[in-house]
Amino acid sequence: MRPTPARLLNILVPVKRAVDYAVKIRVNPQQTGIDTNVKHSMNPFDEIAVEEAVRLRERFKDEVKSIKAITIGPPKSLDTLRTALAMGADSAIHVEIPESSPSPEPLAVAKTLKAVIERQKEGVDLVILGKQSIDDDLGLTGQMLSGLMGWSQATFASKVDVDIAKKEAVVTREIDGGGEEVRCKLPLIVTTDLRLKEPRYASLPNIMKAKKKPVEKLSASDLGVDLTPILETLKVTEPPQRVGGGKVESVDELVAKLKEAGITAV
Amino acid sequence: PHALVFLEHRQGILDSGSLSALTAAQQLGGKISALVVGGPDQVPGIVEKAKKLKGLDSVLHSTSPQYSAPVPEVLSPLFEKLLTESSPFTHVVSTTSSAAKSLIPRVAARLNVPAISDITSLVHDAADSSTTFTRPIYAGNAIATVRAPSSVSIKFFTVRSTAFSAASIQEGADAETLAVDPVDVPDSPTQHLKTTIAKSDRPDLGVASRVISGGRALKDANTFASTLYPLADVLGAAVGASRAAVDAGYADNSLQVGQTGKVVAPELYMALGISGAIQHLAGMKDSKLIVAVNKDPDAPIFQVADVGLVADLYEVVPQLIEKLKK
Repeated sequence: MRPTPARLLNILVPVKRAVDYAVKIRVNPQQTGIDTNVKHSMNPFDEIAVEEAVRLRERFKDEVKSIKAITIGPPKSLDTLRTALAMGADSAIHVEIPESSPSPEPLAVAKTLKAVIERQKEGVDLVILGKQSIDDDLGLTGQMLSGLMGWSQATFASKVDVDIAKKEAVVTREIDGGGEEVRCKLPLIVTTDLRLKEPRYASLPNIMKAKKKPVEKLSASDLGVDLTPILETLKVTEPPQRVGGGKVESVDELVAKLKEAGITAV
Repeated sequence: PHALVFLEHRQGILDSGSLSALTAAQQLGGKISALVVGGPDQVPGIVEKAKKLKGLDSVLHSTSPQYSAPVPEVLSPLFEKLLTESSPFTHVVSTTSSAAKSLIPRVAARLNVPAISDITSLVHDAADSSTTFTRPIYAGNAIATVRAPSSVSIKFFTVRSTAFSAASIQEGADAETLAVDPVDVPDSPTQHLKTTIAKSDRPDLGVASRVISGGRALKDANTFASTLYPLADVLGAAVGASRAAVDAGYADNSLQVGQTGKVVAPELYMALGISGAIQHLAGMKDSKLIVAVNKDPDAPIFQVADVGLVADLYEVVPQLIEKLKK
């Protein structure tokens, strides 16, 4: 029997620079958006995606040929790419947009990613990205990319078992009320759920090394994509504020409050 | 306008989130068709129920063994067919379920149109064929008002079910039913292997009118169950959990309430030993009455709670059960 020819995995990890999850955001006075002059970091779900890719490398060693991070964003998004590189990505692509540009919509991001994938000489076998970004909370990009590519998709992944030789993966997904397992042919788009992996902190030596890793800079026009938003954001407002802070001193008072609201034992 | 509403179902029952999506679709002010897909043993029963729903003009249904536990790769071609061949549809509407979240963006991208997730209100302007939506962003800490202009030929959106009441059955309603041929996908790149739904005798978290939620203070899975379940049973409530409790393994991840878990808005939300991180508040702050019990008087949950009690939940809960039973 002839040995199975060695197959190699090329992984692409799209990441987004987002307002840090711990920041209490404020709507700006013009009601056009939020005050963005606050701490930013990599979208937490994308950190999980980078971690998953790096773990695949640790498991499959040289069979994971490349881990490439990509972001679409203003010059400062380079920091986010450096974080991905420090965590273990080999190289990165920065599709740079001007600081003043509106954030591109998921469909435009998906089209950009498609254009980048089509430029990769070695191809891309696996795209891993967050299930949603915690700023716009849209949760669309992975599925849109999958649709545009006509590839397999596994959203809300909590476990990914890749079989490189068979060119497939069995993915456990979190769904309403439980879980689901699917078998996906590569190439595949995976979107990460919270419990897929615990992202690592990059070590100082790795942060230093990341500064020397290659970052290819591209523009939307290089890729022939239009990042102009299709939807119009008319305004951004504060949500109705909840008047909380009511306190009681005892369980009896608590029960009285429940009864007042018509809540009793069934 | 003419909306196509994706009606989901499970075990012979129409999904209540889909019924909220139907209510949202009615606010467009035009015709409404529902789409039911499923296996041969599922579709006839669901269609019988669906055609009695208030406000529906027609029920499209498509039956295939491949639709019994469908993956987006298999369902997308059916949607594409319905939405391209001289399609009358101007809007595609679904609830923000895990199935729709996977499917809707895939279909939208294939038709080269954007999609709008988890809307909480909408207004359609028939004069200029634009639809304006509001939706929470930044974990509900801001509300965006977004317009899909007439250039978006088909407007895809998913609906936050807590923002709309469920459409009801109407006496005498009998919408027209139309069978749609399934689109065979012989070589789907994705195969469904199995689904595991966490079994519970309690009400479903997503639709329950009362929710009892526990956080990290519940110590372990046994303590979580032995503390919360008796109280939930007395109140006929669903059980929820904070991310911390789920991450620590105290509760199944399907019980997580928050920005990335379930969004709930029950009559009563009782948070026990939950500090109230922004991400948790995003999932429950629209509840009608919020009760919080926490040892820490500075816990952020008290800022949104209508009724706060600074105390040890292990002393409070048994007393509460006893006093409620009286």
